[in-house]
Amino acid sequence: MSEFFTNIKQQNQVNIVELGGYLDAHTAPQLENVFSELIKEKKFNVVVNFEQLSYISSAGLGVFMAFIETMRENKGDIKLAAMKPNVFNIFDLLGFPLLYEIFSSENEAIEKFIKQ
Amino acid sequence: METIKQNTFDISVKSSTEELSAIRNFIRESITPAGVADDAVDKIILAVDEASTNIVKHSYHYAKDKEIRVHLALEPDSCTVTILDYGDSFDPNEIPKPDMKQYLEEKRVGGLGLYLMRTLMDEVQYTSYEGKYNKLILIKKFN
Repeated sequence: MSEFFTNIKQQNQVNIVELGGYLDAHTAPQLENVFSELIKEKKFNVVVNFEQLSYISSAGLGVFMAFIETMRENKGDIKLAAMKPNVFNIFDLLGFPLLYEIFSSENEAIEKFIKQ
Repeated sequence: METIKQNTFDISVKSSTEELSAIRNFIRESITPAGVADDAVDKIILAVDEASTNIVKHSYHYAKDKEIRVHLALEPDSCTVTILDYGDSFDPNEIPKPDMKQYLEEKRVGGLGLYLMRTLMDEVQYTSYEGKYNKLILIKKFN
């Protein structure tokens, strides 16, 4: 059983990163690699689908903080979607909804990019 | 027949982030059978994860062969988790509570562990016994 996994797909010029499992200090570097790779490929429009993510700690939250500026400086964004309530609560507790757009579904987040 | 309920639990793990999942499983398996609400279980697990992550990073500076000991004591109205490490100590009073608005505006990374622990738990006590060990006590009260 994989403790944490990512899967990347593309739809309408939007890059979708699906997360699953447990995102903590041990697994956060895996997600950092995914974002570094997207930047290398100049893919700055990113939707992160949290549907299968069961858990996040501050090390996981830090990954989004580390990459948001680069995406926005390149006219892209990291939009977050489909969080389980326990995961959303941690983002909410720290005020992250002020900085990130959070959508209830992946499609809504993709739509937002298309309309921009 | 009288049933004896276990209310203290112990685990000792190596100082590696690989062990975080074992620590989380230990907390969940220790307190879930007592009927503790999911919300409280989740908060305790995250607080202990943050504490253990801080020990790996700041106390042992990523040396993987050191020890982290976790002791959990369950009472009807509270859960107390005591975490011991034998590495470098820190003064929690020197770590200011982050201004989250400013933190987000400046897009800082890291430094949220202690803040989360203090937010998720009812009490956070840290004591360093110079040259011996550091003791962090996290207390969650059940409403």
